[in-house]
Amino acid sequence: MALGPYASFIVTSYALVTAMVLILIAWIALDYRRQKERLRELEAGGVVRRSGRTATDI
Amino acid sequence: MTLIDLANPTKFLSLTARMLPWLAGATAILLLVGFYQAAMAPDDYQQGATVKIMFVHVPNAWLAMFVWGVMTLAALGTLVWRHPLADVAAKAAAPIGAALTFLALVTGSLWGRPMWGTYWEWDARLTSVLILFLMYLGLMALWRAVDDPSRAARAAAILTLVGALNLPIIKFSVDWWNTLHQPASVMRMGGSSLDRAFLIPLLIMAVGFSLLFITLHLAAMRNEILRRRVRSLQMMQASQQAA
Repeated sequence: MALGPYASFIVTSYALVTAMVLILIAWIALDYRRQKERLRELEAGGVVRRSGRTATDI
Repeated sequence: MTLIDLANPTKFLSLTARMLPWLAGATAILLLVGFYQAAMAPDDYQQGATVKIMFVHVPNAWLAMFVWGVMTLAALGTLVWRHPLADVAAKAAAPIGAALTFLALVTGSLWGRPMWGTYWEWDARLTSVLILFLMYLGLMALWRAVDDPSRAARAAAILTLVGALNLPIIKFSVDWWNTLHQPASVMRMGGSSLDRAFLIPLLIMAVGFSLLFITLHLAAMRNEILRRRVRSLQMMQASQQAA
């Protein structure tokens, strides 16, 4: 697969898209972990939801 | 499960927990196939290999507008129907939409330099998409600036509806004004003018990126629901300590 004289533009485009997609996935996954961790801390502190379920229960 | 059931955040969380692995798998497969098809696509007789940038630029440009469309529906859900998950959906979509719009702008710029001889031109299409990107950033700033989610939701919904006026301007800018940007070649009256060798990889990438958005959006909505649960439990804890 020869990309010709503008290979750097093509490769940069695909690299940027890949990097941004990975950043989005990592950001959302880390945010999920952070929220679950905060809920676990609240649960350990004895805070219970109005429904009576524990903080981390879905 | 009906749509009404999804108004219950707990039921929504349990549904997303079941759906996300399947959606993530389907997204990965489609994007892998799409990237392979894009790599194998022939060179264009005029643009040469730079036509490959189209396979990442166009899906991101479509989604940049589609995500604002989703947020517009969510804004109506907040203001008209007061659906409990509408503002969660709107808030979760904004950063993803901003990222996709950024990619549309940058990949367009990288495609423009070899084809038009310039990275940027202040014409109607490019400028209106830049405005869309700035509106995404403005919306994210607004969500961060107001502490109470329900107050922020109403202000953000109004801003989203105002921003929706930009969508037809973006879509028809290439018809209404003289621009460097080419007119629509896929979604147009009379069918696509793209050759099948380019159209098929483009559509696979478009479906793959759309699934990526749906997957990320559901995951981000789940995070936002958990964030609000943390907030309400913290307030409950504070009031218990004060009593």
